[in-house]
Amino acid sequence: MEYLLLIHADPAGLQALREAERSTALAAYGAYMQALQTAGVARGGNRLRSADATTTVRVRGGKTEVLNGPFIETREQLGGYYLIDVPDLDTALSWAARCPGASHGTVEVRPIWAMGES
Amino acid sequence: MPQDRLEASRAAEDAARRSYGKLVAFLAARTRDVAGAEDALSEAFAAALAQWPARGVPDNPEAWLLTVARHKMVDAARLRRHDEAAAGYFGWLAELAEPETAETSLPDRRLELLFACAHPGIEPATRAPLMLQTVLGFDAATMASAFLVAPATMGQRLVRAKAKIRQAGIGLQVPERAHLPERLDAVLEAIYAAYAEGWADAEGADPRRRNLAGEAIWLGRLVAALLPEQPEALGLLALMLHAHARRAARRDAQGEYVPLALQDSARWDGTMIDEAEALLRRASRLGAPGRYQLEAAVQSAHCARRRTGGAQWTAIVQLYEALHALTGSPVAALNRAVALAETQGPDAGLRALDALAGDARLADYQPYWAARAELLARSGAHEPALAAYQRAIGLERDPAVRRFLQRRAAALGG
Repeated sequence: MEYLLLIHADPAGLQALREAERSTALAAYGAYMQALQTAGVARGGNRLRSADATTTVRVRGGKTEVLNGPFIETREQLGGYYLIDVPDLDTALSWAARCPGASHGTVEVRPIWAMGES
Repeated sequence: MPQDRLEASRAAEDAARRSYGKLVAFLAARTRDVAGAEDALSEAFAAALAQWPARGVPDNPEAWLLTVARHKMVDAARLRRHDEAAAGYFGWLAELAEPETAETSLPDRRLELLFACAHPGIEPATRAPLMLQTVLGFDAATMASAFLVAPATMGQRLVRAKAKIRQAGIGLQVPERAHLPERLDAVLEAIYAAYAEGWADAEGADPRRRNLAGEAIWLGRLVAALLPEQPEALGLLALMLHAHARRAARRDAQGEYVPLALQDSARWDGTMIDEAEALLRRASRLGAPGRYQLEAAVQSAHCARRRTGGAQWTAIVQLYEALHALTGSPVAALNRAVALAETQGPDAGLRALDALAGDARLADYQPYWAARAELLARSGAHEPALAAYQRAIGLERDPAVRRFLQRRAAALGG
């Protein structure tokens, strides 16, 4: 089954880490991605640019609105994601716990709604 | 009065901590209705919190809780009296309702409850959570985080397991002597699983885990006290106490991870170690070595450093060899390889690790890659060491251990 691991983090929290710790934390993501690939469960994943670079679009009553910034205004931001393919939720949770983002933010684990599934 | 309220809620918490499992075990002993016993008991605790502040804490809180819970169970059974088993159930409840049980001291049936939770008919992964819930009153959400399972899934598993105890007629009894060792093994395994999960939370800071390692030791003490002639029960308790004695030394003042070899043995808990050693001696006098005694003996050989300044590595190699022969566990083989490197050098250790390289059970096991990286680094193979460190870093979930591995890799120029 495929799961999306969504990494939510407070960017201010990451900024507050000392320079050395921050680069250590970021370097750990590289090792994590490699571990996912070696285990053969990685299907995709990306780091996202900060919410400052976000633009939101919605169409209401035929009118297109383009807004500056993220759709949801919270302290925590979606910072990146991994798409993994593992046998079950327990395995997905154990990979989520290994994600460096889990130790300074939150990792949300969402099953993918496969095409044709009801 | 807020002061009384506080005192009453403390008394209720106290009673819960001391008596929860005893009351569940007693209430479910004949009916096998663990879920019903827990529901009735939680209503009794709610009633205690409502009434004790106003009326004062009763002389015997345990008996008070038992009386209320028993009535709640009778009420609940009346509501579903169409149940086909209702007649028998009422018979058992009538026995429960006999007043003298409340006045005299409550018979301790927690061991029977533990055996029911670890019955072969219960899914192995559910046994530890089920014990922690029924004997210590942990909730499903706490155990979902501790055992890395979705809360809804954990809840369903526990409900299913309790239904199975009732419907399949799993008895709340200590198995006969002939079956005792094999069934005891399942009980000990579940307690050790709970301990291992608690151990992984090195900070011990997560309040939702309610100090899982400490609670597992408490269960271990309970089993060892109730079965003092079972060497493996003593062995498991010795093992957990040994490991627990070192918990303060696992982090330095900055909260950074300190591996066993670099720990300051002065920070180990001497009282706990002495107790573990005494338990291990008692176990070995019973003349039936087993897995937990061997593992406790390994811990004891590490602890020799406290007296002599060095661990007994030759003994550790032999103990892991015996453990591997007994259990076939790849982790025992891995630890033997690491110990071998201490007595015969990194190349001997690496050759032993190479023999394990094809084992799929170790492919995503962080300690395997960390050990490999360490031995490769020691033997001067820097590039492969860096690759192995990378793998270990990507597999680790504890940020402090991750930073430690990253520092080691950086020291190699990675």
